[in-house]
Amino acid sequence: MLDNLRNLVRYRGLIQSLVVRDLKARYRGSFLGFFWSFVNPLMLLLIYNWVFTYLLENRSKDTQPYAVFMFTALLPWTWFQSSLNEATGSLISGGNLIKKVLFPAEVLPIVTVLGNMVHFVLGLPILAAFMVWYRVVPDWPQLPWFLVIVAVQLVFTTSLALILSALAVHFRDVKDLVSNLLTFWFFATPIIYWYADERFEGYKFYFDLNPFSHLAISYQEVLFFQGGFGHWKWLLAMGGGSVLLFLGAYWVFDRLRDSFAEAV
Amino acid sequence: MSSPAIELVDVSKIYRRYGGRQFSTLKSALLSGDLARKLKPEETFQALKNVSFSVPKGCTYGVVGRNGSGKSTALKLVAGITKPTSGTVTVDGRISALIELGAGFHPEISGRENVFINGIMLGLSKREIEQRFDQIVEFAELTEFIDAPVKTYSSGMYMRLGFAVAIHVDPDVLLVDEVLAVGDEGFTHKCLDKFGEFRRRGKTILLVTHSLGLVERFCDEAVWLDGGEKKAEGDPKRVVGVYVTDVSKQEETFLAATDAKARDEAGGAGQPEPEKPAAPDAIPENMNAAGEGRWGSGGVQITSVEFLDAAGAPTQVVQSGESLRVALGVRASTPVKDFVFGFGIFTADGVWVYGTNTDIEQYVSDHLEGEATVNLLLESLDLVEGTYKLDVAVHKRDGGPYDYHRLLHTFRVKSRIKDAGVYRPKHSWTFSDGVKFKAPE
Repeated sequence: MLDNLRNLVRYRGLIQSLVVRDLKARYRGSFLGFFWSFVNPLMLLLIYNWVFTYLLENRSKDTQPYAVFMFTALLPWTWFQSSLNEATGSLISGGNLIKKVLFPAEVLPIVTVLGNMVHFVLGLPILAAFMVWYRVVPDWPQLPWFLVIVAVQLVFTTSLALILSALAVHFRDVKDLVSNLLTFWFFATPIIYWYADERFEGYKFYFDLNPFSHLAISYQEVLFFQGGFGHWKWLLAMGGGSVLLFLGAYWVFDRLRDSFAEAV
Repeated sequence: MSSPAIELVDVSKIYRRYGGRQFSTLKSALLSGDLARKLKPEETFQALKNVSFSVPKGCTYGVVGRNGSGKSTALKLVAGITKPTSGTVTVDGRISALIELGAGFHPEISGRENVFINGIMLGLSKREIEQRFDQIVEFAELTEFIDAPVKTYSSGMYMRLGFAVAIHVDPDVLLVDEVLAVGDEGFTHKCLDKFGEFRRRGKTILLVTHSLGLVERFCDEAVWLDGGEKKAEGDPKRVVGVYVTDVSKQEETFLAATDAKARDEAGGAGQPEPEKPAAPDAIPENMNAAGEGRWGSGGVQITSVEFLDAAGAPTQVVQSGESLRVALGVRASTPVKDFVFGFGIFTADGVWVYGTNTDIEQYVSDHLEGEATVNLLLESLDLVEGTYKLDVAVHKRDGGPYDYHRLLHTFRVKSRIKDAGVYRPKHSWTFSDGVKFKAPE
């Protein structure tokens, strides 16, 4: 397993070129091309903003301007959600490679996570533009934490992607299970609402259990709220947990690896 | 000699026969690492059974066998794509597998980008690909189209590009699975030249193919796999020889079975049924245009048709130029005075090769009664390779049939010379001074 992990470093050239390929291929032949990477998050933001600012008016004073509040955690969630949805099927759709070429299978789920990360990064200027528009100032001294949060999310997402993609090869149900679970997970995470709102007093325990809520809260505290980053302990704990999870996930993946070529 | 480049020791590979759940529980799957729960024998398919062979460095090694004999499985094991169920596979050196050409191509992006990504997948660095890029494109003959998306390529172009990338990986061990059919003649020659270059540079090639000529001409050693087992190994000419013999034996059994079926359908010429002559087909109006079948009044019956080789053994596969005897068992329940025996040979697609009968050849019939045998000896069957159908008949001089077997009997002519046409006249070449040929290899 350690040897294979070391190989993963060797594959970085391959991973890099596959990410670039997927991004290029994604918009090849479409009229707006790469512009879609900006349009997609913008549309997402506008729709959610319209629903929660006008249709279901959000009166909580703490989360104003609501568009920016919601978007600080929604953008990372989109990265998380599409990564897992795509990664789950990545080994199955890449079956041709696994069956016919000597190909490191773990590259496939990792490439989907990284590809979606690029979209996440391309969505950041949209977030920045909205912050400027609504005159929201980020918590400047805490801003370097942003990179840590992204790193933790990357490790966490990759771990889940590895496990899910490997399981989906043997249990095709995983794909549907995951997409439904993610919908539930989205609403169970304080993304479109504020976790400290007094109405959610009784749910605090569940928020603490939910790994993504720590990421969401961290993003919100660093980018949206003033007054320090009080959640950093949780974030670091989750970072440590994610590294362990990654090792475990890689172990599972490595164990199942030999069966892929036959079961895909 | 140093250690072998490829070595398989007692390798077996068992596949599951059909899908469905494979784990008893996920936990046991993870903990044991032994993924398949114990499967019942009828749920599994053993693609390789205790196969061992080793390929020395610099050797070109051929693998022959029927479809489903385990050739491709062996290749996949050597390539490391799948793991053996038991036994060990060791490979020394960098491998490039020409198994599925262009497997990693993405249809939406250009040939140029695909070359880079495919090359990286096969283990090249970016700089190595840059150095070889022009060679690759030139080899694939795609200079004009290299910047077009791969989805616009024809299948030939696609394969050529895949082949070109794979061959330029510059491996120590090259695995080739029946990919020489990817291009036109010219491209195939180029591929063979490239293989030749590999050999000269002392690289190892493992070649899986149905092209036996290629194995004989090209390989230093060969192995024949059948039903997952090693049947023969060693000198390619000998291995191909035993393989071909086995194939023709099987074909013979197959032909016999098909013929028996055809005769059954046409009214059981195999088994004599004197009391109840099987209902013959209606006599067709134009006999020459009629399809296979059997008809006639039944006054004389052909009860059996047998093909015998020179040694008198029943056969249905004959080497071109050898003799073939056709033995007809006939029976006339009442004495008959007016009878003619005839036969005709047709190719499988219905071209009439030859036809004659005893009347044409001036035999005047006198008396036929009871059981008798009619022997027809074709002293030298000078036909090119192929499947031929035989008509046999006994009829009156005016053509009224007693028993007419139309295209019911099949035999096969084999030949090592792949000449064209139908008939091979006995021939030889002589040359005056000034015409020179190279001595055969």
